[in-house]
Amino acid sequence: MTRCTSPLPEGKMRHSYWVVLAIVFCIVSGESAALGLTPDDLKPLGEDDYEAKTQALDRIIASGDEVALRILEALNSENVVATEDDKVLIQDGNLLRDPITYATIAASDVQPITLNNTLRARVTGGLSGLRLQASDRAVRERAINTLLHEPNPSLKPLIEAARDKEDDPALKNRLDQLWALTALQDPDPAKRLEAVQLIGQRKDPQMRGLLLPLVAKNKDDTYAEVDPKVRAATDDALKAMAFEEWKTEMVGTLFAGLSLGSILLLAALGLAITYGLIGVINMAHGEFLMIGAYATYLVQEFFRRTSPGAFDWYPLAAVPVAFLAAALTGFILERLVLRFLYGRPLETLLSTFGVSLVLIQIVRILFGAQNVQVSNPSWMSGGVAIMPNLILPFNRLVIMAFALAVVGIASLVLNRTRLGLYIRATTQNRRMAACSGIKTWQVDSYAFAFGAGIAGLGGRALSQIGNVGPDLGQSYIIDSFMAVVLGGVGQLAGTIVGAMGLGIVSKVIEPFWGAVLAKIAVLVLIVLFIQKRPRGLFALKGRSIEV
Amino acid sequence: MTSTTYSLPKSLALPSRQPVLSPTTWGILISACFLILALVPICSILVPESSPLHLSAYALTLVGKIMCYAIGALALDLVWGYCGILSLGHSLFFALGGYMMGMYLMRSIGLDGVYHSPLPDFMVFLDWKSLPWYWHGTDHFLYAAVLVILVPGLLAWLFGFFAFRSRVKGVYLSIITQALTFACMLLFYRNETGFGGNNGFTDFKRILGFPIAATGTRTGLFLLTFIVLIGSFVACRYIVTSKFGRVVMAVRDTESRLMFLGYNPLGYKLFVWTFSAVLCGIAGALYVPQVGIINPSEMSPGNSIEMAICVAVGGRGTLFGPILGAFIVNGAKSYLTATLSDYWLFFLGGMFIVVPLWLPNGVVGVLQRLLGKR
Repeated sequence: MTRCTSPLPEGKMRHSYWVVLAIVFCIVSGESAALGLTPDDLKPLGEDDYEAKTQALDRIIASGDEVALRILEALNSENVVATEDDKVLIQDGNLLRDPITYATIAASDVQPITLNNTLRARVTGGLSGLRLQASDRAVRERAINTLLHEPNPSLKPLIEAARDKEDDPALKNRLDQLWALTALQDPDPAKRLEAVQLIGQRKDPQMRGLLLPLVAKNKDDTYAEVDPKVRAATDDALKAMAFEEWKTEMVGTLFAGLSLGSILLLAALGLAITYGLIGVINMAHGEFLMIGAYATYLVQEFFRRTSPGAFDWYPLAAVPVAFLAAALTGFILERLVLRFLYGRPLETLLSTFGVSLVLIQIVRILFGAQNVQVSNPSWMSGGVAIMPNLILPFNRLVIMAFALAVVGIASLVLNRTRLGLYIRATTQNRRMAACSGIKTWQVDSYAFAFGAGIAGLGGRALSQIGNVGPDLGQSYIIDSFMAVVLGGVGQLAGTIVGAMGLGIVSKVIEPFWGAVLAKIAVLVLIVLFIQKRPRGLFALKGRSIEV
Repeated sequence: MTSTTYSLPKSLALPSRQPVLSPTTWGILISACFLILALVPICSILVPESSPLHLSAYALTLVGKIMCYAIGALALDLVWGYCGILSLGHSLFFALGGYMMGMYLMRSIGLDGVYHSPLPDFMVFLDWKSLPWYWHGTDHFLYAAVLVILVPGLLAWLFGFFAFRSRVKGVYLSIITQALTFACMLLFYRNETGFGGNNGFTDFKRILGFPIAATGTRTGLFLLTFIVLIGSFVACRYIVTSKFGRVVMAVRDTESRLMFLGYNPLGYKLFVWTFSAVLCGIAGALYVPQVGIINPSEMSPGNSIEMAICVAVGGRGTLFGPILGAFIVNGAKSYLTATLSDYWLFFLGGMFIVVPLWLPNGVVGVLQRLLGKR
């Protein structure tokens, strides 16, 4: 089979290709002449009888030649008209053409042909069937995908023809499945068996509906499918599908949980550091997330105004900006307010709540109460399909990787730098650390700014998947604190396990009970958990009794 | 045989019980009660509307509402100021009490609702055919009143039992109470929960047969709230001046030392906590008929924190302070939200920052210092 492989656009090349194809058909099979369409075949299209129209359409599709494709395309774009004596013509701009010879014809008083929905579906189906043999791989792929979604047994001959000729292995595989879908009703049991097995290999739960009738029983308690071999194969295929569905669900839940967990992690990380260090629950921590998100928004606007060419890279440029904006706010907050409240944790809680109110109101006045739009750059949109029914969006994958990177950097800072050493020392025993010459008050400031900066990074990540509004932080503060409680205070590993565990548990419960009850259930679980491990999963070992 | 009688040195003897209130305070309190109980009905019902002495329905409702918040703040002060438990969940107990009262009020609308159905309007709207089980009996006022006490009390007891048993305290406890409140708020926002979802309960017609919007009813509710406020103040004073109260304060100061002395703080904490929740529930139940609406936003974590700031502004651990604080904060709120609504949050946030920094003992602390210096 010769096939035109020129990279010309579909429209221009199709003509030459179909001429070649028609000639080949004539020579090789000799069928084309027998099936060649005559004006009489087309005539019913112009009439009012829908039954006759259907039959005419089926004849056109069955002929499978270049004329058929031409007519179907015209029908699809509603460019077919009929003269008063029911002569069917194709409208090409201002010209009217004869569908068979494609010669220009002068006619007046033409009426567009009307189709109903059933016929229109038949037209699109037939069109896809004919396109199965197009030379452009993309066109063929699209046609196969369309038909896989709406399998149509009447197109079986076209599919069989295409299946014999296809040489691309990937497409061939899918054509096999497509054929199987149409061959389920084949009178030959061997073909049915093959069809069922092919469908079973596809493992697409959406195809279950096609297989179920095969194992269903008639009213008189006999099976609809007479051949027991086919029935057994169907059972196997159904089982494989159920398993596949379960697997997809599990992987999907796991992914959603990890995704939620990575966001919680970004929010909780800074909280864990500051809480472990100063024993302060920073209710304004959520607002650092918000500041990070708004910083991202500002960077995005800056790129849009000044350098639209580099717009795709604004998320990277926003990373340091978000970190610095939030860290600076945190530093100021620590120096101006928190400093004076050390040793009074409950009052600190209230003060930071006040700070969060003020920050929210400032943002509301500066940017308005409405959400602002932070868009995904092109490299973050779309996703990767790891299973037929499961697509992992790139932006969530990027966030997970980002969270991982942030955790890595945070653990480097905490374990490999002098500041980290000071922070760990002060967390474990403030007075002893002060005795060994650490300026604990300075450590507090820097650690607080560092924690706030990490929250800013969290906000940068969040802006990519959620709404960016003044209330952004409020919805995460409680959950991220729960992650800290679960994991144990001041412990990086604990926070990671806590956040991920919380994310996954919430997502596992959600499908059964809904989001609200899942939240309550998680809360109850945490309260019960605290009964057993009051200091979290990874508690620091020590001899002090007071926290 | 001579019997020796030991007289303990004074420093080792048990201190005698502190009086619930000093005689002067009793005097002021009782005369204030008489004054209010006599003047308010006269000013609201008898004095004609044109007179400057007339108490308008708006003023009655506003002050009545603030008094409800004051009861809530008083309850919070009992646990925060005396037991060291900062609850961020008191708005939940407040709203629960309100919802229980709201159920009775909804039922007493009877057939006068928009749909003229024995079911509350929102149930007709949701196409429910019968009352959910927990609505049964709520048409009896007494049963609803029992629920007002039982539901917040039971929830508080259960939660407190588990939280205090594992010695969750400090900020941990605060955040967990806030999480609980938040979760319940989400729950009440759902239509399926059976409490009217988003819109909650409103459009009440009558209470105990009296039309709810009439001046007489409003005055009655006002006076009832006042009496409850004074009553709970005295009750709280009674608790904190008792021996029991001293143990509670010891829990606040050093719980571990108290345990080494052989006390189990669980019971003490649990009682104060549950009592406080019940008080808060009663406040909510008084709040709903006066304001005429209860919806889930009433239990938003922000409300709890506003209650806490009332306590902080007035003066923690003084019982009188929170009442004063409730009037200051809520007065400022109704003034500022009407005139400078954009800046109300700045004001509120500013109070959160300023009060702990510069007024650690609140307004009462300032007053005490001024009086002491004089």
